[in-house]
Amino acid sequence: MKDINLIIDDQPVVVAENTTILHAAEKLGINIPRLCYHPDLSLEGACRICIVEVEGYRNFVPSCATPVSEGMRIRTNSPEIRQARRDLVELILDNHPRECQICERDGNCELQNLAYSLGVRERLFEGRRKLYDIEKSSPAVIRDAEKCILCRRCVRVCMEVQGVTNLSQLYRGVDTVVAPAYEQGMDESVCIACGQCINVCPVAAFLENSSTDEVWAALADSNKHVVAQIAPSIRAAIGEGFGLPPGTPMTGQTVTALRRLGFDAVFDTNFGADLTIVEEAHELLKRLKTKERLPLLTSCSSGWIKFMEHFYPEMIPYASTCRSPMSMLSVLLKTYYAKRTGIDPQNIVVVSIMPCTAKKFEAERREHQSPDGYPYTDIVLTTREFIWMVKSYGIDFARLPEEDFDSPLGYSTGAADLFGTTGGVMEAALRTAAEKLTGKPLVDLEFTQVRETRGLKEASIEIAGHTLNVAVANGLNNAKTILERVKKGDKTYHLIELMACPGGCIAGGGQPYPPDGHYVLDPEIARLRAGALYRIDEAKTVRVAHRNPFIEKLYKEFLETPGSAVAHKLLHTTYLPREPKGIK
Amino acid sequence: MHADTASRLDADILEFMDACLQKEHPKSYLIAVLHKIQQRYGYLCQSHMDQVAQHMQIPTAIISGVSTFYHFFRLQPRGKYSISICLGTACFVKGADKVLDAFRTELGIELGETTPDGLFSLESSRCLGVCALAPVVTINDKVYSKVNAKQVPELINTVKTEERV
Repeated sequence: MKDINLIIDDQPVVVAENTTILHAAEKLGINIPRLCYHPDLSLEGACRICIVEVEGYRNFVPSCATPVSEGMRIRTNSPEIRQARRDLVELILDNHPRECQICERDGNCELQNLAYSLGVRERLFEGRRKLYDIEKSSPAVIRDAEKCILCRRCVRVCMEVQGVTNLSQLYRGVDTVVAPAYEQGMDESVCIACGQCINVCPVAAFLENSSTDEVWAALADSNKHVVAQIAPSIRAAIGEGFGLPPGTPMTGQTVTALRRLGFDAVFDTNFGADLTIVEEAHELLKRLKTKERLPLLTSCSSGWIKFMEHFYPEMIPYASTCRSPMSMLSVLLKTYYAKRTGIDPQNIVVVSIMPCTAKKFEAERREHQSPDGYPYTDIVLTTREFIWMVKSYGIDFARLPEEDFDSPLGYSTGAADLFGTTGGVMEAALRTAAEKLTGKPLVDLEFTQVRETRGLKEASIEIAGHTLNVAVANGLNNAKTILERVKKGDKTYHLIELMACPGGCIAGGGQPYPPDGHYVLDPEIARLRAGALYRIDEAKTVRVAHRNPFIEKLYKEFLETPGSAVAHKLLHTTYLPREPKGIK
Repeated sequence: MHADTASRLDADILEFMDACLQKEHPKSYLIAVLHKIQQRYGYLCQSHMDQVAQHMQIPTAIISGVSTFYHFFRLQPRGKYSISICLGTACFVKGADKVLDAFRTELGIELGETTPDGLFSLESSRCLGVCALAPVVTINDKVYSKVNAKQVPELINTVKTEERV
């Protein structure tokens, strides 16, 4: 590739041909302000914030979309450029609600930060404001078009990463609005509730449908027995909300924080994950034996499940019937735990802290209600909502002592921790399947072939004379790719792990906004968070799910055997094709 | 009553889509397909756009984006009486904007919309070539000349009375 010489702010730099001005400047340590640009999404060039001055050009050019050329002389900070950039931000602000103090993104908003750093100190433009109601039809994701600045990051992530294309720009000019087709409510659309639109939104145009008020109310009600469970990926990400570097494991501190908030007991979704593996491995071995309904598709990710119901209903027979680890644990809390403690399940409030917005949708599904009509999971909070509650309560999280989960539904093996990252469910399942197939304890526990946070991985694994063809997909565009390969039938797959979010739950739609030095969807954050989970697994003595002693006890006392009638009734679920039908 | 006819698209339109799908960039024929549907049914209803989505495998969000972007596309059926106000230069300087405002207020609808009873729809046009009669309003094929805002309620009432007879 040809080298290009150019000068940015009086500093010479050599970059490869086709590099954009924005990236060339980064090489010199110059961060040109930007808004709509995202390194992993297609170029938009909508906001014009990243404009620069090029000698000999009549107009300012957007540096994100302009490739360098030989001998270019660029100014990124001339008085004219600074003025023009400030004007652009002021024009965006003019059409934006003036309610930063009461906004969910206050202190965490890219537009707010940009306005401050560019020196916007007064509002000079007065024009027609767009006015919209907040769209709250979905239990997972709410849409506030009044705050939208039309950067189209959500449109792009929904289309390019998730392959859902639920969002588009409707109408034109000042009436332009980002919405699902026909301006439908999010719950009537093909939205799969993954929440990636929230993650990439620079402002608060998309947010989770918050449930913190319900949690405060439950905690204040002395008649309620309020219990918490935390997903595997929470411990790897929560620290970021309190200024700790990504990948700092904070399991014990999270347990302490929950107790201080007033939860009566704190359990671990990991226990549900161990149980999921036992049930799912049983399902897999059964299907391997009969050679029916292969590949087995994992079912932990509620965003993936909703995607399958809209986009791939023909694959429903292949999906594992296992409830997600969250729902399995919730069922146990309202049956097994209620019986053991003698508490009326109607008085137990199960609060799940999840990295996920789709779990809010899952909790409301009819399949996850008891026969008496109450939900197994009462309230789902995202990591972000939980961080806010901890801060709001004045808890100095980073300095908390570590406490243990309540027993026995708080004990888990290392396999369960892996559920939080892409490839983790696969690895956990392979550990158990391998031991069951060979009848011997596994020596080498780590299936590194399925690690890494890449979007799509395939591997063939030899176990006791069996060749297992496995695949791991995260980000639903990758799910489409692998499912199309399965349908084509060139190769027999045995087990496929699917997670809706790129990188898995560690980068879920409910996880903290990225700390300084990282960007949204940054694979480096996913890698660091996954690293924390791998280290937790490594440090545990029991690392294979079915050897969790409390799981063994649970089957003896309550569930009989994996795949038994009672296990089926309590731990398994069903799926249904959903309208509107998605476009593949 | 006519918000969504929910009818199947005619066979020739399905065939047209099939033909488009054989071409090099099939999805670029979306606008042509939508034109054909509007020509046949008078407007684009959700059910028809859903059928295009499934047939051509284009997400409904994209179709919705296209159909709302272009003013040419109608998303509601035309009323029995289609009122068109000329907003050409001559009519405009003679106060066509005020006439339009009067229709808007009187009917409670915006340009491109249809009254809930399906009787009136409101549109604008550009120069009918009879500038001497400005401002000009047409209701279906009938031309009304030198209309002013005050006459609007009466005009609507006349149509309503005729309708009752």
